[in-house]
Amino acid sequence: MTTLTIDKAGPTRKTKYGSMSRDRAWALRWSYFFLVIFAVFFLTPPIYMLITSLKTSAEISAATNPWWVFHPTLENYIGLLTSNQFLRFFWNSAIVSIFVVSITMLISVPAAFALSRMRFWGSTVLGTGVFLTYLIPETLLFIPLFKMFAVIGDVTGIQLINRWYVLLIIYPTLTVPFCTWIMIGYFASIPKELDEAALIDGASWFQTLTRIFIPVALPGLIAATIFAFTVSWAQFLYPLVFTTSTDQLVMPVGIITTLIKGDVFNWGQIMTGALLGAAPPLIIYAFLMDYYIAGLTAGATKG
Amino acid sequence: MAEVNLRKVIKRYDEVEAVRGIDLDIADHEFVVLVGPSGCGKSTTLRMIAGLEDISGGDILIGGDVVNDVPPKDRDIAMVFQNYALYPHMTVAENMSFGLRLKRYPKAEIKSRIDEAARMLDIVELVDRKPKQLSGGQRQRVAMGRAIVRNPKVFLFDEPLSNLDAKLRVQMRIEIKKVHQKVRTTTVYVTHDQVEAMTLADRVVVMNHGRIEQIGTPTELYHHPATRFVASFIGSPAMNFIPCQLEDAAGKPQVRISDKIAFPLPAARAARYQKIPRTDKLLLGIRPEHITEASAHSEPGVESFDAVLDVTEPMGMETLIYFTLQGAQVCGRVNPNAGAQDGAPLRLAVDLNNMHLLNEVTGAVL
Amino acid sequence: MADVALQSSRTAGTQTARKQSSLRSVLNRKSTIAFLMALPLIVLIATLVIYPAFYAIHLATLNKSMARFIGLGNFEFLFKRETFWLVVKQSCIFAITAVIFKAVIGFIVAHFVHNIPAKGQRKWRGMLLVPWVIPPAMSTLAWLWLFDPSYSAFNYTLSFFGIGPIPWTGDPYWARFSVILVNIWVGAPFFMIMYLAALKSVPDQLYEAAAIDGANWWQRIWYVTLPMMRNIIAITTLFSLIVTFANFDIVRILTAGGPLDHTHIFATWAFRVGIEGSDIPLGASVSLFMVPILAVAAIFILRDISKRGNEA
Repeated sequence: MTTLTIDKAGPTRKTKYGSMSRDRAWALRWSYFFLVIFAVFFLTPPIYMLITSLKTSAEISAATNPWWVFHPTLENYIGLLTSNQFLRFFWNSAIVSIFVVSITMLISVPAAFALSRMRFWGSTVLGTGVFLTYLIPETLLFIPLFKMFAVIGDVTGIQLINRWYVLLIIYPTLTVPFCTWIMIGYFASIPKELDEAALIDGASWFQTLTRIFIPVALPGLIAATIFAFTVSWAQFLYPLVFTTSTDQLVMPVGIITTLIKGDVFNWGQIMTGALLGAAPPLIIYAFLMDYYIAGLTAGATKG
Repeated sequence: MAEVNLRKVIKRYDEVEAVRGIDLDIADHEFVVLVGPSGCGKSTTLRMIAGLEDISGGDILIGGDVVNDVPPKDRDIAMVFQNYALYPHMTVAENMSFGLRLKRYPKAEIKSRIDEAARMLDIVELVDRKPKQLSGGQRQRVAMGRAIVRNPKVFLFDEPLSNLDAKLRVQMRIEIKKVHQKVRTTTVYVTHDQVEAMTLADRVVVMNHGRIEQIGTPTELYHHPATRFVASFIGSPAMNFIPCQLEDAAGKPQVRISDKIAFPLPAARAARYQKIPRTDKLLLGIRPEHITEASAHSEPGVESFDAVLDVTEPMGMETLIYFTLQGAQVCGRVNPNAGAQDGAPLRLAVDLNNMHLLNEVTGAVL
Repeated sequence: MADVALQSSRTAGTQTARKQSSLRSVLNRKSTIAFLMALPLIVLIATLVIYPAFYAIHLATLNKSMARFIGLGNFEFLFKRETFWLVVKQSCIFAITAVIFKAVIGFIVAHFVHNIPAKGQRKWRGMLLVPWVIPPAMSTLAWLWLFDPSYSAFNYTLSFFGIGPIPWTGDPYWARFSVILVNIWVGAPFFMIMYLAALKSVPDQLYEAAAIDGANWWQRIWYVTLPMMRNIIAITTLFSLIVTFANFDIVRILTAGGPLDHTHIFATWAFRVGIEGSDIPLGASVSLFMVPILAVAAIFILRDISKRGNEA
């Protein structure tokens, strides 16, 4: 039995003991300090939107302190909410978003189920393909799509330019790949034993999907739905390209093109419009924040 | 190498006290095992020694210095985790040398320490591999190597063998004992497995519900448990507890199990149990190894009786037998060729020289 | 040879009979059902993503009225234009700078959110993700107002410190700064949320082992956190590079590419040239130029990810 001769030949440090409680206290102080700074940075624009929306045009041009409302008014809100045009924008956005969400889920969920659970010819290729479609941005596709739809319009007589329902065809290209990816992640995390138990209990593939997978993966479904809705609602480029008449516009495009008339900017109304336009996603976020975040992170951490 | 002292150490989570006042003195070079069922506070105590948990009350001293508020990196300790906690992106050598590299030890020194530890643990060929390429046992060795290389004052082990399969566990137990023989660092080892405690420890600390039940050498705990908990925890299969009462028959004390079975006490015990009221409800504690098949000749203190066996478990080198006495299931160990059969009667002998009497109410060993 | 031909036709006959009865079983097979379930997805991607992408290549080879094939003529034309190279340069600087800052800020904020007790984390996380929830077009309007030449709230505040009014969108270099700033504002929360999830997935025991090994806070970040997060960092960086590079909303609304084309990026210039200028092929050429750059970035990063694989 030889005793191990590891002698303390290393540099001897002056034994200066730290203090855990002190370190932890300082770590907390720094954390909150920086968090407050970043919170100010991130929340200033929306708060400023709110402040401006409560100002009259007179107060805005008077150039008093921009960070405070001296004579709050709701005239901007009333003006917009009673404007048929604005309500039209809101309606268009809502219809488009709801339809797109439905279409997206109808495409994504079965596809995700097939890709995560069943082996078929080309399934791995398709899986990577779905991922790779994100490398082809919308800003590349908008021009050829515009031309394609114009051509189809000329050839078949179906008007595809300047119609809001065109967006129903195009938006899914933005939502379906990621929603499929989210759902694949959630489906993959369901243990295979559940499938087998269902098979033994006599369920067909379709019944397994509807009675077992969808209920169990419900959080993922909600997350995907929220994602699809948010993306649809926020779209700017595609509607800008494909819709031009005022009654066909969705919110983002509508606010920008109609409220900015030439050189006259009615900032009170613009900010109110912007805030109202941001409201639906914000409200959903406020109530369903956890699903929202789960949707985002599901892609990355499970992928 | 240094001594570790715990003085009235308490750990509180909100309203619940997980550790309720532990006093323990661990001498330099000693190998102490904290053992007990899940939730008894042994891991929490270890983590408080490591500095990974705050101490709610009391003091912990390492090498004579109070370390309550000292961060782990300044305590000069090393820890082997249950899940190994190896850095997955570093090779074995980098894992083992991480602590030394942080303290800027000279390269030559680092290399010689790694070589020595790798040789001791038989992982020399693995030195350039990553953890994902190693088996469970190899990973555990690397974790130990990481601890050895630092040459700390204290080694802390947190259930290191729990993730290994049974055979590997036996092997690693021997490795750990060999390492301690070579390196002689003060060691605090936590486990729920009493076999590990008995085989590795210089002294064993049995814990239950946040308190220490008993501290002693393995032999002391085996032969002289202080409470029912310790008596039933140490030893496998566990000690039998048979309801009984003391009585006197013709001036000689005996322990009565049932109407038909009463054993006279051996002389040594008679004196000790003299003061116990004969009306107290007692338990006879007797280990299975002390219930065997009756032999032809008699010895002092060994009494025979008949029992009808419920179940037998042939283990190869012995047969475990189970039967019922006074409503209690009793286990005994007999020779494989003693003729034990399920449901059949067998004449058994009990070695009362190794008996214990416990108060049924308090659980104390009398 | 004749009898061989006769034999093959006879076997062909029996084969067709067998095929017809097996058609039904093919339809019922699991793999067919799976294929049908994935079919809408395949059709969607094929017709609305892959086909247009190739169609864009075709378009880029046509002349302005789309009557003639001019090969690489559009590209030759672009390469001679100074604005084109300005756009290339600006797009790259814009994307790289924005992504670096977004990643760093995202990591720092995630680290601090992770540090505070769990109860508060949800609240702070909720507040800090707001920029990402608001439609970028809407929030860019807010920034436009904050940057307004006459009424900028920022200039108002800065004037108290004696700093002169800054032409946020008027001066070419300040405009670039503003566009990048807004992009960082919108995108950093995404990084934060991703990194926060990744931070939570690093096993606590690794930090404990590092603490016992003697690491202080930044050593723990450098030696434990960052290596464990390499894959997430790579993936989010790739996604963000693509999205930022291809950004349209922010630049369009904030500066419309000006002043003097100094904030034009591929997307906005393609829109200007292709849609507003009614020169579809030229616009397609501009957009297409993004592809090689994106492909190179994607290859580098994906190779890095697969090389290291899963180290856990």
